[in-house]
Amino acid sequence: MSDRRVFRTVMPGPSRPGIVEKVRGWWGGWPLGQLAFLAVIAALGAVFVHNVLDTMARIGILPGFGFLSGSANFEIGESAIAFRAGDTYLRAILSGLLNTLKVSLLGCLLATILGVAIGIAGLSRNLLLSGLVRWFIEITRNTPLLLQLFFWMSLAKALPAPRQASALFGTIFLTSRGVYIPSVSLEGGPFGLAAALASTAILAVALLFILRLCRSLTRRTGAVAITLAFAATFAALFLSGARPVAELPALSGFNIRGGLNLSPEFAALLTGLVIKFSALIAEIVRAGIQSVGGGQWEAARALGLHEGQIIRLVVLPQALRVITPLTTSSYLDLTKDSSLAVAIGFPDLVSIINTTANTTGQSMEALIILIGTFLTINLSLSALMNAYNTRVALRGSTR
Amino acid sequence: MTAATRTLATLRTGLFGTRTNTLVTAATLLLLSQILPPLFRWAVLDATFTGNAEACTRAGACWSFVAAKLRFILFAFYPPDLQWRPVLVILLLAAILTASAVPRFWGRPLLFAWPLTILACWLLMQGAFTSTPIPSNQWGGLPVTLFVWAVCFAAATPIAVLLALARRSTLGGLRTFSVLYIELMRGTPMVGILYVAMLILPMALPDGLSFDKMLRAIVMVTLFWAAYIAEVIRAGLQALPAGQTEAATALGLGFWRTQQLIVLPQAFRIVIPGLVNLAIGFLLATSLLAVIGIFDLLNAARASAADPQWLGFYNEAYIVVAVVYFAICFGASRYSRWLERRLAAGRRL
Repeated sequence: MSDRRVFRTVMPGPSRPGIVEKVRGWWGGWPLGQLAFLAVIAALGAVFVHNVLDTMARIGILPGFGFLSGSANFEIGESAIAFRAGDTYLRAILSGLLNTLKVSLLGCLLATILGVAIGIAGLSRNLLLSGLVRWFIEITRNTPLLLQLFFWMSLAKALPAPRQASALFGTIFLTSRGVYIPSVSLEGGPFGLAAALASTAILAVALLFILRLCRSLTRRTGAVAITLAFAATFAALFLSGARPVAELPALSGFNIRGGLNLSPEFAALLTGLVIKFSALIAEIVRAGIQSVGGGQWEAARALGLHEGQIIRLVVLPQALRVITPLTTSSYLDLTKDSSLAVAIGFPDLVSIINTTANTTGQSMEALIILIGTFLTINLSLSALMNAYNTRVALRGSTR
Repeated sequence: MTAATRTLATLRTGLFGTRTNTLVTAATLLLLSQILPPLFRWAVLDATFTGNAEACTRAGACWSFVAAKLRFILFAFYPPDLQWRPVLVILLLAAILTASAVPRFWGRPLLFAWPLTILACWLLMQGAFTSTPIPSNQWGGLPVTLFVWAVCFAAATPIAVLLALARRSTLGGLRTFSVLYIELMRGTPMVGILYVAMLILPMALPDGLSFDKMLRAIVMVTLFWAAYIAEVIRAGLQALPAGQTEAATALGLGFWRTQQLIVLPQAFRIVIPGLVNLAIGFLLATSLLAVIGIFDLLNAARASAADPQWLGFYNEAYIVVAVVYFAICFGASRYSRWLERRLAAGRRL
């Protein structure tokens, strides 16, 4: 005991702070003032909540999330899961969430493809093409998304009826009842196409992860792993007797049968989001590629690399460092802006939450669900993209 | 070489310089030939320029609708005999925005002019000094869009400065609060915030204290935008070398004096182009007020095409408001670029 005390007194340098000191150091100066400020905010919040509960009691609504198991007496225009009037509110909200996720994911994917294409087209030395891209971007960027959605919606309604509709490329029908596109489905198997794709993706990610753990993840082994995952799924499907069936929409009688029908609302929302955000992503891509100095191109040419190699090995890794964080926030904005669906009648999460709040009067709970869901989506998406961003940033700075 | 031949030479290499280039030009022309003629036919050849709704039976646009409903699109349900008031509001806001755009005017007088202008606009819109006050549900059109935008941006900026300072400070409690607040607001869609203004705020306020929908929306949107502005300002604070604050402290300036005299003026100079871009996005976002039934410019345009006499000319109405939004935002983005160059030149000196 005494030895230890002696030992401690002769230890040179400052001692480590204890937990209390750490907390105090983190809390910083002006401790009581900060406490008072936070207390005022908390009190304000408490008063608001108290008032809301009071109002709810006065109009006879029981606070809490019990209403979720009550039956929702409204129809949902389109839903990924089966929904009928009379099902629970929880199911209605889930169906809205799936619609939001569907349009956001598809929107991010298509906007990225279109945006990269437009961004590269804008860098073209051809004056006509780059001028056209310039105007496209200026017009889309400088008008409100809601206006564009209204425009696409009125366009979708003005399309000809299915009987008069003519097919684009022989397979895509643009009609007043929505857009009909060819579809692929699995028939005869134990599960559908979505499940098959999901299991392939999970398998591929697992294989890549194992390779990475063994520190043998290269471009080639990665490609082999992904091919293997696809081959395994296809083999499993084939053995279980499933056959992919491609279905083309075709006119029969007064309507179009077959294929996949996108409702006018969904088509308008998706088009609006994709067009608006492809313009934003195009700008980001242009800025990213232009941020790589001309000297880099010249040096790479002097080393004898050809154009494709220069872009792949020199320009893209550096441009991605600029592009990735900006694209991330575009994706987040797209997900949030998909909530404008409520204005054109697509049953997304916000629209269902709104209906729920109006029919049950549980507006506070409904909005808590809404805000909580969007926060979760946003935080997980930004965590995912941040992980990718560190990879890109590291690759750019260390290798 | 004269200017004309030089332009011609640029055009020739720009359009037909190489074989690929010629191909790209041809493909682009093909695309344009698919888009432009039908558009031209709709907007000009088949369009109706005079007469009433019955005259608009042709396949093209009905521009006489715009002529008839322009007043409604710009001012919505505001009493027509008091129309000089919203016109004056637009002029006042345009004046203060123009003044704010000139770097020579940046200073204390402008800081005082802003609240005064907003107050004047509020009084004008609400019909002060007339026998009958005009309730905010009769306000509409362009003045509402501009007014909500200006008020929310102006009110959000001071809050944003405090949030940004708190997020960068060494005070753990305030920093945590600021981070949570900013992330919560930035993670929520604006529609959700507007629903809070419409559904929760009336319930959350004590009995007897209720204010109208427009004001509630303004309060919530201000709190919402403050988070976004705070992030932009924080970028400016981070770009400032630590030596500036240290030097100010060494000179014996306190925290607030340091921020006021040293840090914020420099940080703002860095982020003003970013703030202008943010303001453009916000102007476009004010169109979301339509979701909670406020008659901003876009909603007024939609309502104008719902008039039984002129039913269904939505595309014409949308084009008119698109032109208005485009004119303001395109001008602002050009200004932002000019300012960026000018400020960058100033820093190099």
